[in-house]
Amino acid sequence: MDDQDSIVSFREVQKSYDGVSLVVKNLNLDIKRGEFLTMLGPSGSGKTTCLMMLAGFEAATHGEIFLNGKPINNVPPHKRGIGMVFQNYALFPHMTVAENLAFPLQVRKIGRAEQEAKVKRALEMVELAGFGARRPAQLSGGQQQRVAVARALVFEPDLVLMDEPLGALDKQLREQMQYEIKHIHESLGVSVVYVTHDQSEALTMSDRIAVFNDGVIQQLSGPDDLYENPQNSFVAQFIGENNKLTGTVKELNGATCQVALADGTELRAEKVNVDGVGKGTTLSLRPERVELEPNGGMDNKVTGRIEELIYLGDHIRIRMSVAGNNDFIVKVRNRGERRRLAEGQDIEIGWAAADCKALDLVQ
Amino acid sequence: MTDLTAEAPVLTTRDGKPLKASLARALRREKLRSLMLIAPLLVFIVVTFLAPIADMLFRSIDNRIVAETLPKTVVALAQWDETSGNLPDETVFQALHDDLLIAVEEKTHTRLGSRLNYEASGMSSLFRTTGRRVKRMEDGSYAEQFINADKDWGDVKTWQILKRFSPPYTAGYFLNAVDAQVTPDGIEMKPENQRLYLLLFARTMMLSLIITFSCLLFGYPIAYLLATLPLRYSNLLMILVLLPFWTSLLVRTSAWKVLLQQQGVINDALVWAGLVSNTDRLVLINNQTGTIIAMTHILMPFMILPLYSVMKTISPSYVRAAKSLGATDWTAFWRVYFPQTVPGIGAGAILVFILSIGYYITPELVGGTEGIFISNRIAYHISSSLNWGLAAALGVILLAMVLLLFYVYDRIVGIDNVKLG
Ligand SMILES: Nc1ncnc2c1ncn2[C@@H]1O[C@H](COP(=O)(O)OP(=O)(O)OP(=O)(O)O)[C@@H](O)[C@H]1O
Ligand SMILES: [Mg+2]
Repeated sequence: MDDQDSIVSFREVQKSYDGVSLVVKNLNLDIKRGEFLTMLGPSGSGKTTCLMMLAGFEAATHGEIFLNGKPINNVPPHKRGIGMVFQNYALFPHMTVAENLAFPLQVRKIGRAEQEAKVKRALEMVELAGFGARRPAQLSGGQQQRVAVARALVFEPDLVLMDEPLGALDKQLREQMQYEIKHIHESLGVSVVYVTHDQSEALTMSDRIAVFNDGVIQQLSGPDDLYENPQNSFVAQFIGENNKLTGTVKELNGATCQVALADGTELRAEKVNVDGVGKGTTLSLRPERVELEPNGGMDNKVTGRIEELIYLGDHIRIRMSVAGNNDFIVKVRNRGERRRLAEGQDIEIGWAAADCKALDLVQ
Repeated sequence: MTDLTAEAPVLTTRDGKPLKASLARALRREKLRSLMLIAPLLVFIVVTFLAPIADMLFRSIDNRIVAETLPKTVVALAQWDETSGNLPDETVFQALHDDLLIAVEEKTHTRLGSRLNYEASGMSSLFRTTGRRVKRMEDGSYAEQFINADKDWGDVKTWQILKRFSPPYTAGYFLNAVDAQVTPDGIEMKPENQRLYLLLFARTMMLSLIITFSCLLFGYPIAYLLATLPLRYSNLLMILVLLPFWTSLLVRTSAWKVLLQQQGVINDALVWAGLVSNTDRLVLINNQTGTIIAMTHILMPFMILPLYSVMKTISPSYVRAAKSLGATDWTAFWRVYFPQTVPGIGAGAILVFILSIGYYITPELVGGTEGIFISNRIAYHISSSLNWGLAAALGVILLAMVLLLFYVYDRIVGIDNVKLG
């Protein structure tokens, strides 16, 4: 059960705070050594709770958590040797940056000279050499964040947990820090469990992403797979932009299926998550996979009316009415067609069956 | 850096007046308005609070009564050499006669007597007996007549005291307040058995420190609970902490009398439990123990509340971070949590210490003779012995001690580190 390359294993873990409802429902998750795994999900989906159970600040109500193959349910937090970066950084305000970094080394009774060397190296790693004598309050948000990362790494744990570490930063700084954290992860080879509810952050940084909703992992896969092959409507909806069409399955043929929409339009879609003929399904289609005025043998062709054109420079967003859905988005590259497009105009659009996933029905 | 202001043109408002002057005028008007808003309270405080305190403090050096009652004598005595061992000459006695005639008329000589009696006993009766005789004195040979009236006038010491206390201001009260006195040989400590105040000051400091420390010891965990318990429980606990504020101080102190006395509840319980034998019950009241116990209880909220308000602002993620970095519960508390509560400890300790250093009712009721504070002695001089000058001097010293402590505290901890919320 505890296989050699997983650093952390959750086995049937459940968590309830109030004894009435489950915040985490039957979590089974293996985190590979050296992996950058992101927990992504909407607010209140139980991500922090999972992290806290792993760090030892919350006890699992049921199930077991293994760290390096050993059960850790009864190991106190300070003996787990897991580095942690908190959302508000939790830098000790009464200590200087260097003292903050030396803290985990001091409690491990590491010699003074070695402490100093490690603190210096850690500060250099986050490009803050020379800031050792400052108090956290004298640093900018991004600098504090880097100190927090350095502090979680300075005692060389094999696992680091980060709970929305970039939540408090502005967009530009966030992107820069994403890159830096990813870089540190690659050069040190530590395993990282990262929590965020920003999907672009998850997509750019992670090896694998666990999408949480309602205490359940909806899908666990790499960023590209998550976007290309969503396993259910929640993931399709949550990751990236998505057009939703609701219909009924008419017939199944191999990897595809025939779906009839409410207005009678019939479409062919890849069969991913359907219950069978006659059952409802939600079709999911990425806006950039739709072609205007498709030529020749396109799997699906429908006519829609252009409701709104939004000019975005490199591409154009078109909001259309298609098969009773007037929130159907199409993204086209800006190649000059805009001159031909006008609001209120009817136009034929089409897409391949492989780009249209038949998923579970959502209302 | 170059001086830019020198070359910058003077900015003006649109009517041509310098901007600075206009701004100052506008600000002045605003300040005046806010001053007028606080004026009623300001006047009230100055008239009923600050002025009386200033007057009281002034009494600690005020000695004008001697020169006002015996103006001529004071002038005449200036010529006399008090170290010669001889009595002053006839002119001084004549001046004393003139002064006393007026003083007796205005009945001020007894007040002077009681004033000088603080410095040497017997002065009060000396002036009273002399006052009765002075009207019947004949002209000439006053020295003889005065010595006949009271032989103390023939004692050089009487005159030495009169001369020493003739200036309008005196350090006598302050010397008294630190158990010292002026002798012809200069300032020296009073005999061992007459010393009192230094001991009282030391005891007040000592007990206040102990009280502050025990308030901290018992208050810290309570404040921690208040700050960390779920709201439902912490509200209840807060009511329990605040409850004493809603009860009269006298009631609380009297309750301690009931609890602590030798036949009281605590001793009864200890005897019943067999921890103390019936014959030697603990003496918990009318001594320092009583003062410490009762004052710790009464001042506890003043320690808990500042601590609580500081602890409330400390995010639990600090301790979590410390633990995730490998610190045990104790290390996380001692190295991460505790240092962040120091401003609260500072605020609470200053508050409790200053309150207890001037506390009066509780030591009076439960302290006996062993456990009274300097403030009880001040009260005694204000209301019983009527030696207001000494009371004022003691008060000034107490005030100075508190200010000194503030200063030391500021140097060590920093006063801007104190947080009340
Ligand atoms: N200490 C607690 N006591 C009771 N309920 C809690 C506690 N902590 C979290 N919860 C509940 O558990 C659920 C999951 O919370 P959690 O903090 O794990 O969410 P999250 O996924 O981290 O959300 P966010 O993205 O907003 O941080 C929420 O409904 C929350 O109200
Ligand atoms: Mg969270």
